Amino acid sequence: MRRRLIATIALFGALTFVCCLLAPIVGSTPISLSRVFSRTIPFADNVDAQVFFVARLPRVIAAALVGSGLAVAGVVFQALLRNPLASPDTLGVSAGATLGAMIAITFHVDIGLMGITSVPLASFVGSAGALGIVYLLAAARRRGTSSTVLLLAGIALSAFLGALLRLIQLVADFTDTLRNVRWMMGSLDVASYAPIVAALVPMAFAFVVAGALPRVLDLISMGAEAAESRGVDVRRAERIALLSASLSTGAAVSLGGPIPFVGIVVPHIVRLLVGADHRLVLPASALFGASFVIICDLVARTAFGPVELPVGTVTAIIGGPFFLWLLFRRLA
Amino acid sequence: MIRESGNLAIGDFFFRRVRRREELDAHVPPLAAGRGPPSFSSDLFLSRCDAPLVTAHASRSALHAADVAFAYDRRGRHVVDGVTLDVPRGAIVGLLGPNGSGKTTLLRLLSGTVTPARGSVTIDAVPISTLSRREMARRIAIVPQETHSAFDFSVLEIVLMGRYPHLRAFELEGADDVAIAREALAATGTAALEPRRFATLSGGEKQRVVIASALAQSSEILLLDEPTASLDLGFQFEIATLLARLNRERGVTMVVSTHDLNLAATLCTELVLLKAGRVLAHGPTERVLNADSVRLLYGVDADVVRHPRAGHLTVVPLARAD
Repeated sequence: MRRRLIATIALFGALTFVCCLLAPIVGSTPISLSRVFSRTIPFADNVDAQVFFVARLPRVIAAALVGSGLAVAGVVFQALLRNPLASPDTLGVSAGATLGAMIAITFHVDIGLMGITSVPLASFVGSAGALGIVYLLAAARRRGTSSTVLLLAGIALSAFLGALLRLIQLVADFTDTLRNVRWMMGSLDVASYAPIVAALVPMAFAFVVAGALPRVLDLISMGAEAAESRGVDVRRAERIALLSASLSTGAAVSLGGPIPFVGIVVPHIVRLLVGADHRLVLPASALFGASFVIICDLVARTAFGPVELPVGTVTAIIGGPFFLWLLFRRLA
Repeated sequence: MIRESGNLAIGDFFFRRVRRREELDAHVPPLAAGRGPPSFSSDLFLSRCDAPLVTAHASRSALHAADVAFAYDRRGRHVVDGVTLDVPRGAIVGLLGPNGSGKTTLLRLLSGTVTPARGSVTIDAVPISTLSRREMARRIAIVPQETHSAFDFSVLEIVLMGRYPHLRAFELEGADDVAIAREALAATGTAALEPRRFATLSGGEKQRVVIASALAQSSEILLLDEPTASLDLGFQFEIATLLARLNRERGVTMVVSTHDLNLAATLCTELVLLKAGRVLAHGPTERVLNADSVRLLYGVDADVVRHPRAGHLTVVPLARAD
């Protein structure tokens, strides 16, 4: 087990590292990696290094964080609800986070808390709110609500929150609306490290918390009562897991907008590769999620250059058919 | 000096233990006292005054419930309503009762997954309310009616989950945990299934793997909720044989809820008859299982006879009793 864990983390870690290193090289201005890391040229004169570190790396790091955050949230939701189709998108948690962020942007809400700025904070509040509704339904599920009902509720919740979003756009002034629309498509147009740091705080916290969960998630995925009889304090574990998932969703959405399907595509590919054990699935999904969004963003930036697609379109184009394939496979 | 005071402390400890046992016994209301319909023949009850037998049982009791009651709805009716029962170490106790009589809830109370509204449950004379979930899991394992896995776990992975209460946080299973899991697989005759995916197994295979997972928990008590409910005759027989063997060879104490009266007759050393959340009778199988109790429990006239070749009681339902 230990060897498998180390091998998995090493392999997926290497993939993520390579993505982080190579993705910033690609772009409208060609740069060379050897010049970027050249020690003989001072940074002020090294155009390649400036493009790499100032213009492109923040975006790549943002992509990595968003990917990890959404993938981890997806893994947690799927295990807790014992449903492989659960994800921040299907449960309406992404929509909640989006609404929160949108309110903060449109109404220029300016409240910070413990170093977290207002947009990540608002989107966390939004995701936690949406999650609260899901949690109530999930609790009722023990008394017989099926997981289909839960997913339907997620769809209804998403539609409802979407309507509120459009209402807010209606009252927002024109420039804000343009910003909002672009942001809502899921865009990683991050050109400085400030928003990254702002999102990193809650996300790091969420990941540390999630680090204690994998075995518990294995047990809960076998059923709450089975988990309890094996010695898991299910209620406590559920609260911790949901807090961590909503924090990481909130942080991810505040950084990149509601980039769809990451929370469902990534955990599934990872499970096909490493099996069902969450001690492998959770770290592997965090790393693979990062690589996945970096690559999708690379495609978004370059495929139709000079026009940039929002990264959300790329993940949706991959994720939509993938989701349908999953459904077909489950039915077959 | 030090040794002496040490001995004194141990003596004191024993004294307190004994006192606690007495207090406990004093708490236990006689079973016959006003429970069940009055028409019910009283010799079916194994009351406290009945005996040296009961005292002997109590002294080596593994699991004991004293007047436990529970309602899912705060103002709703009690699903389990003042049940007192004693599970002697090494016994296989069968829980019989019609649908909705509170069997599953009683198992939940015994395992501590729900907290009683009244009364208490003790394991080895320790109240379970003082034990953490993890400590409980080291003493009691549960085999639920059906187990579905949301993800594609292998059989070995499922069995290894039973080791959870023995591992510290962040600790990975070591070689001994894997050895225990493999032994549990061997004991349930599922060693050959080890590399298979759990989801691809048949119902009977799944049930045996789940029993293996419970065995890997290394607890002395096993609670089984209708372990043969959805299995065909062949698998039913296999599970019954397996449980009897685990009891005989490993001394696992079991509480088994079931609707299968013949399974109960073959397997169980004692029976608890439950109706509407109350105990109708509690005692050795031979004494409790008869035509009267079957009629009272299920409203069915039945012949309860000793099977000439099998050597145990068999129940043959004849007609609906009205």
